[in-house]
Amino acid sequence: MHDVKRRYVIPGDKIAEGNFRPLMNVIKSGNALIATRIGIAETGRDGVKVIPLSGVYIPRVNDLVIGKIIDHSSLSWEVDINSCFSAHLPAQDVFGRDFSPARDDMGKHFAIGDMITARVMAFDRTRDPMLTVQDRDLGKIPTGELLKISATRVPRLIGKRGSMIQTIEQATQTRVLIGQNGIVVVTGRNPEGIKLAVRAIRMVEEEAHTANLTQRIKMLLNVPDTPPQQEAQRVGAVDASKPGEIESTIDEVEEELEVEEEK
Amino acid sequence: MTQTRNLINENGKRTDGRTIDELRTVKITVGRVKNADGSAFIEFGKNKIVAAVYGPREVHPKHMAQPDRCVLRCRYHMVPFSTDTRKNPAPSRREVEISKVMREALEPALMLEDYPRAAIDVFVEVLQSDGGSRCAGITAAAVALADAGINMRDLVAACAAGKVDDKIVLDINDTEDKEGGADMPVAYMPRLEQVTLLQLDGKLTPDQFNGCIDKAIGGCKMVYEIQKQALMQKYFGNETELKEEIQQ
Repeated sequence: MHDVKRRYVIPGDKIAEGNFRPLMNVIKSGNALIATRIGIAETGRDGVKVIPLSGVYIPRVNDLVIGKIIDHSSLSWEVDINSCFSAHLPAQDVFGRDFSPARDDMGKHFAIGDMITARVMAFDRTRDPMLTVQDRDLGKIPTGELLKISATRVPRLIGKRGSMIQTIEQATQTRVLIGQNGIVVVTGRNPEGIKLAVRAIRMVEEEAHTANLTQRIKMLLNVPDTPPQQEAQRVGAVDASKPGEIESTIDEVEEELEVEEEK
Repeated sequence: MTQTRNLINENGKRTDGRTIDELRTVKITVGRVKNADGSAFIEFGKNKIVAAVYGPREVHPKHMAQPDRCVLRCRYHMVPFSTDTRKNPAPSRREVEISKVMREALEPALMLEDYPRAAIDVFVEVLQSDGGSRCAGITAAAVALADAGINMRDLVAACAAGKVDDKIVLDINDTEDKEGGADMPVAYMPRLEQVTLLQLDGKLTPDQFNGCIDKAIGGCKMVYEIQKQALMQKYFGNETELKEEIQQ
């Protein structure tokens, strides 16, 4: 791990000066690095970035998203992914290369109103994002309780190495599916468990940037609190419950999502 | 414009008791409209204004969309009860103009090229009006845009200056606007040191003009500090400085 300097910024704030590389939500103006969003600025060895605390979802390639089928043409489905761009799922992705709109019935796979998990295959802002369901655990979601949270809260809901979401899943006996676009699906056998998980997720969303959130979530879920050191060992994370921090960056989240899937 | 009475008394105090360099009380709260992606409520003297931002979102009608950048749409509106005689709620000529200048004042601060084919809608609703509502509106809209998490090069702060009793004064109120000599609203990006709005109603000599614009920019800088505080308060509470900690 490298040294990281953190600080709160608003748009227009100067984060650092000198020869740094601007990464996320940072622009270079002369010799200064300027934040373009409200958030927490991190100055590391590889560059400067701002982890945003607000904003709508903008798709990125390889994001795992949860969307709703809203329409279909003869060649693709249109999917609402909670963004200003509606996504497309090409029929070829589902039926294979030899898809023929005359022969194959698209209604066999997805109907309008279905919820799906998908991965963003291509997106460059000039065209609508393209999705794929050709991967493990992707495709139609049969059942579950649907929630919408702000996309900027997703890293916090997952927590370092998935610690937060694991806590919620274990305590409520549910399975929580999180899309990078802020759509969350909770499934489980026990309605009470689902209700509790939804409450916990809402709490994470509202209090995402406050200190000791993991502890408070544990209190809500009646989970015995383990001291920070032990917990860190348990989830194999570095300092999982350090107060007052947004714990994960988007890049880390991608790793975490992979961990999620493998689980 | 001819002045009929003195608006600055022998002690150098104005009609509302301020000195010539004093701003009215400005209070900004962030995130008051829950349905919006970003919002702010500003009290600028007697002005009470709500600004709400939606977006980036899909453009309707679709033909308005730009392939290389985002469309910014602004609406400035005064509610019927914002003035002492009822104001017709239909958009007036003045409101259409203010909507336009407001859009042009905010556009340079936004990185619209980051959201091609999308639209950002800014709604500014004046609940109670006093002088300088366009400045207060721009100030609130800039905070709401930052709250909505839209990429910005800088915030935009706005403040007016003007001429009253042949003196250059900061932050003109309603009486001074109507009875005074000149009114000059200015919007300014403090970090970039760029003016994004400059209007002038009245007559000023070149010297007075320079004095007026300097004073207005000074006012914008004061407003900027209040904007900054309001945003910090919403997102980080009272803890405005994160200790520059070093993580291993």
